[in-house]
Amino acid sequence: MVAHHTLSPRRYMILGLVAVCAPLGDTCLSRGMTRLPPITLAHPGTLIAAVFTPWIALGIALLIGFFASYLTALSWADLTFVLPATAFGNVIVALLSRFWLQEAISMQRWAGIVLITLGVGFVAQGPSMTERPAEPATEAEPAVEVEEEQLR
Amino acid sequence: MTIPVHPGPWTAAAMIAAIVLSSTAGEVLTAAAMKSIGDLDVIRARAGMKGAIRAVVTCPLFFAGVSFLALAFFALLFALNHLNLSLVAPASASLTLVTNAVAARIFLKENVDRRRWTAAVLVCVGVYFLAH
Repeated sequence: MVAHHTLSPRRYMILGLVAVCAPLGDTCLSRGMTRLPPITLAHPGTLIAAVFTPWIALGIALLIGFFASYLTALSWADLTFVLPATAFGNVIVALLSRFWLQEAISMQRWAGIVLITLGVGFVAQGPSMTERPAEPATEAEPAVEVEEEQLR
Repeated sequence: MTIPVHPGPWTAAAMIAAIVLSSTAGEVLTAAAMKSIGDLDVIRARAGMKGAIRAVVTCPLFFAGVSFLALAFFALLFALNHLNLSLVAPASASLTLVTNAVAARIFLKENVDRRRWTAAVLVCVGVYFLAH
């Protein structure tokens, strides 16, 4: 069993889109919704109209971009490889808020940034996908052990 | 059954568990769908963007996954109606990372080695620190 250790630059770009699009989309939605007057269920039409305002439309477009790149990444990488990339988006938002919006970041948040970055670094150095034999596996457990041996 | 305005710890735990479980089911089913479809880059090179989209939207597992992700979203909205965002967001996000690693090992037969376990725990604690 041979593990994939390298990703092409294009695939790293897809993982980058996964990390960036979701938090930026959420931020756009938040910014758009806070600029609108309070919406009640008595007037659901205002919620539909909100979809066509610039910030919310941009947020939805970014979230569609996130889902498309997330699905693409899952087609060639393991779920446990892709998920840390989604969490790395939180780090990007925190750094943007510190250096772009000049917001203060507590020591606890800096610790969170360091831990997530370390975690993503750990995963990124390993194989992106668990390789499976072409024929139906009859001895799955020894195969997993072989791959673990390769990682040591 | 009605949910009290200020739910106790067990009710809060049940709400967070509902988010975590439905989210994990959605992520694992979506990942299984994409694995069954195959490499989208290859499909797109062979059949174009339309072919890739058709491969995804004709996969029943994909819709099962999206349904559970939608359920997780509504479970999140319900929980936010009763609990603070500062509790729900970090707790559900970080717990989901760990349950996904366990579910990926069991159901997707992914090779979750020591490296990935370490990463899952680091990211889990990191998300909690960052969002709390």
